[in-house]
Amino acid sequence: MAAKPIAGSIVQARGIHKHFGALHVLKGVDLLLAERELVFVIGPSGSGKSTLLRCLNRLEEPSSGSVMVDGVDMLDARTDINHARQRIGMVFQSFNLYPHMTALGNVTLALRKVAGKTRNEADTLGHAALARVGLADRAGHTPGQLSGGQQQRVAIARAIALEPRVMLFDEPTSSLDPELVGSVLGVMRDLRESGMAMIVVSHEMGFARNAADRVVFMDEGAIVEEGTPAEIFERPVQERTRAFIGQIQRH
Amino acid sequence: MLQTFFNLEIVGAAWRIILAGLGNTVLLSLVVVPLGLLGGLALATLASVRNPWVRWPLMAWVDFFRAFPPLVLLIFLFAGLPFAGVELGGFACVCIAFFLNTGAYYGEILRAGVESVPTGQSEAARSTGLGRLQTMLFVVLPQAVRNVLPDLLSNTLEVVKLTSLGSVVAMPELLFQARQAQSLTYNPTPIVLAAAIYFLMLWPLVRLLSRLENRALAGRG
Repeated sequence: MAAKPIAGSIVQARGIHKHFGALHVLKGVDLLLAERELVFVIGPSGSGKSTLLRCLNRLEEPSSGSVMVDGVDMLDARTDINHARQRIGMVFQSFNLYPHMTALGNVTLALRKVAGKTRNEADTLGHAALARVGLADRAGHTPGQLSGGQQQRVAIARAIALEPRVMLFDEPTSSLDPELVGSVLGVMRDLRESGMAMIVVSHEMGFARNAADRVVFMDEGAIVEEGTPAEIFERPVQERTRAFIGQIQRH
Repeated sequence: MLQTFFNLEIVGAAWRIILAGLGNTVLLSLVVVPLGLLGGLALATLASVRNPWVRWPLMAWVDFFRAFPPLVLLIFLFAGLPFAGVELGGFACVCIAFFLNTGAYYGEILRAGVESVPTGQSEAARSTGLGRLQTMLFVVLPQAVRNVLPDLLSNTLEVVKLTSLGSVVAMPELLFQARQAQSLTYNPTPIVLAAAIYFLMLWPLVRLLSRLENRALAGRG
């Protein structure tokens, strides 16, 4: 039985379990995301935060539980998953740009093949999306000719060009050189100010403090604690949260 | 010696027959190479399906046709099947044999190419709503082909050479025509001529292949 959508919430994941063989990676996770909300997910590696994100657009098939995104039951066999995924943008740690295409080609592929735009329409939308991430002048460059930060911004443009209702960021700055992190976070801040609902898996604590509405701490496949950035970073209640926050702040 | 193996008089008499054979070899290659590639593409695409009910029969199929000598396969189709009442012409037999044999080879090469493309590529494509087949077509295969281009070219070279097997089932290709001319003239010159033509036709491909392979090695270094 599908859960009823709650008014105003764009993502509702309930009771998500995920097994990889004998490994129990997610142990009944609930996550709600309101319209215009930015939720930050933190936790040690292997805590299941990336898997949770990937369950939301079904890059990973949850073993059980329910996922509603923008009122669509993602796990219903009758749901057109390719159509539903257009409404969920995703940005990956390793960018995953198509190396055989230009920046514009990367952004317009799904516009043409999934959203059914003509080449001209797609190019117009593609240029607009690249302009939004500050790369209007890089449309004709291939990923190999771009810096890591620029590549990640193209990846963001690729996702937002489809006008998603929610954006998922899976450690978007983890593979960037420190001096390139700022440009990507800047684009994410702009997105947030435009009202995009976002779930961000990341260890960028400074960004979380400034931009997040809520921080979720995960460990061993479950949510341990959640609250405002101030609550989680300054006054964590759980011992495990405190240990983790202490650890990353030392770095 | 020259009179025996490169008799100009014989060349003059046989060149028309041999040229017709060359034309047929080119035509035959233009049919069997795409056919093999098509079979290989189908196999490589199916190989990305994780279902064991698809995977295991597929592996058995590929293994079988890679281990089975194409000449034996061709003769079986041409001379064996008629006993079961199935009479296929020489051309159809060649097409089927090449589809099965070189398709299996192309399939293995393309599969390796597909596996060389990081999974993040298809995940990114799927996350934007592209379907499985679209992802394969627009994102994975272009990169896969580029990654295994030397192997694809090398196999294509083998396929063109293997079209000479068609002579066994009376396809009037280069080798068959040369042998016809040889038996008409009682002289081996036509065979030498055919050999020279094969060489001249394939040598540029061999050079190109060496360059690609060197570049691939340099790129890896």
